[in-house]
Amino acid sequence: MARPTPLRDVHESLGATLTDFAGWLMPLRYGSETAEHRAVREAAGLFDLSHMGEIFVTGPQAGQALDYALVGHLSVLATGRARYTMIVNPAGGVVDDLIVYRLADDEFMVVANASNYRTVALALTNRARGFDAQVDDRSDAYALVAVQGPHAQEILASLTDTDLPNLRYYAGLPGVVAGVEALIARTGYTGEDGFELFVRGEDAVTLWQEISKAGQPYGLVPAGLSARDTLRLEAGMPLYGNELNEETTPFDAGLGRVVKFDKPGDFVGRAALEALRDAPPRRQLVGLVARGRRVPRHGFSVVAGDRVVGEVTSGAPSPTLGKPIAMAYVETGAHEGLAVDIRGSLEPMDVVELPFYRRNK
Amino acid sequence: MSNIPEGLSYTKEHEWVAGLDEGLTVTVGITDYAQDQLGDVVYVQLPEAGTTVEAGDSVGEVESTKSVSEIYSPVGGEVVEVNQAVVDKPDLINSDPYGEGWLFRVRVEGEPEDLLSPEEYTALTSGEA
Repeated sequence: MARPTPLRDVHESLGATLTDFAGWLMPLRYGSETAEHRAVREAAGLFDLSHMGEIFVTGPQAGQALDYALVGHLSVLATGRARYTMIVNPAGGVVDDLIVYRLADDEFMVVANASNYRTVALALTNRARGFDAQVDDRSDAYALVAVQGPHAQEILASLTDTDLPNLRYYAGLPGVVAGVEALIARTGYTGEDGFELFVRGEDAVTLWQEISKAGQPYGLVPAGLSARDTLRLEAGMPLYGNELNEETTPFDAGLGRVVKFDKPGDFVGRAALEALRDAPPRRQLVGLVARGRRVPRHGFSVVAGDRVVGEVTSGAPSPTLGKPIAMAYVETGAHEGLAVDIRGSLEPMDVVELPFYRRNK
Repeated sequence: MSNIPEGLSYTKEHEWVAGLDEGLTVTVGITDYAQDQLGDVVYVQLPEAGTTVEAGDSVGEVESTKSVSEIYSPVGGEVVEVNQAVVDKPDLINSDPYGEGWLFRVRVEGEPEDLLSPEEYTALTSGEA
């Protein structure tokens, strides 16, 4: 049985189609997922992301422990700021992609994917041994509600005293929203401006309902995982299990910049990643736009002539472009004359620069 | 609950068939339950008019944001008409699956495959829900 989030009854009363996602019962969509996608691009959307994991690392050497456990340089992160980073295995394969928030000098919150947070918590616990730091998986106590879209700031501003205009992208501060204590973070996974609010599970329903009310005049709608997936795909953001897995390195995914070789000391995966950094890349993550209307999907082969040169990792009809789009790993340099084998017929694709969509700032 | 109108026949592949009792030509579409399971339909591929099909043949596909389903012909015969409107505007399948969202018409030859009554189809879909 899939686990419900604290907002399950709210989703059911909104008529959501619920689905099992990584062991959680999550809203897939409330009505039309295309309408939800457009609302996030043009107004705002409200998401339940309570399936994400929240792992706290605390203590005088919490920063050093994370420097050793992750590929990023977290000990130099300023309090109130966040970083996108990864945890890799000793061979450099990606165990998960993460956002790390520094809440205090000696306190960090690591946000991990639903499918991985138990693994991540265990790995962090093992890797933090020998440091004066404690690892505590508090995922069960936390709910996560996100407000994403061009009107997100106006909507939240009516519910909080926190100075939102001065909260920078990838910053997070404790505050109060609609009377509820929250970590207010300017982060997201949609390609739009927006906020993620980490709250106690028992406060999630109040927070959701107050944001819904405040958002109504701005066109805010509840949005499900289906819209979240097409939004992140248009924004060129990787999804663990699709673009990232333990056989993939940060370099494969075009995310080598998150590996901070210049930080002091060893870190798990350093030797393997250093060797790969200087080697010619085996394959590249590319964006594909279909010329036709059939949709390339996860696992479909990418073909050049009569040779398979890669595989689609994510694909969907793009509401913004009005065409099917996909991300795929292809052999380095294979950019011309590509097609995707869609149930036996070769559908021509054009390679484009990622992301597919970039908001006007 | 999805809408399962009386007066239609249904298939296990979540299609409906209209006009079986009236004559030789039947109309085929996908059910309200099927469109709800699929989500927003973005692309429909239909057989060409004039094609001869057997009952149970895969004759096209319906693609949504999340998934793709094959369309089967529930009857054998000749495809005499396809709904160009749903090819141009696939979301008609979501908004009006039993009306403007119809898919194709077949002039029936021979016996149709096993079809379900509305009651039987209701039982099938509540078992899956």
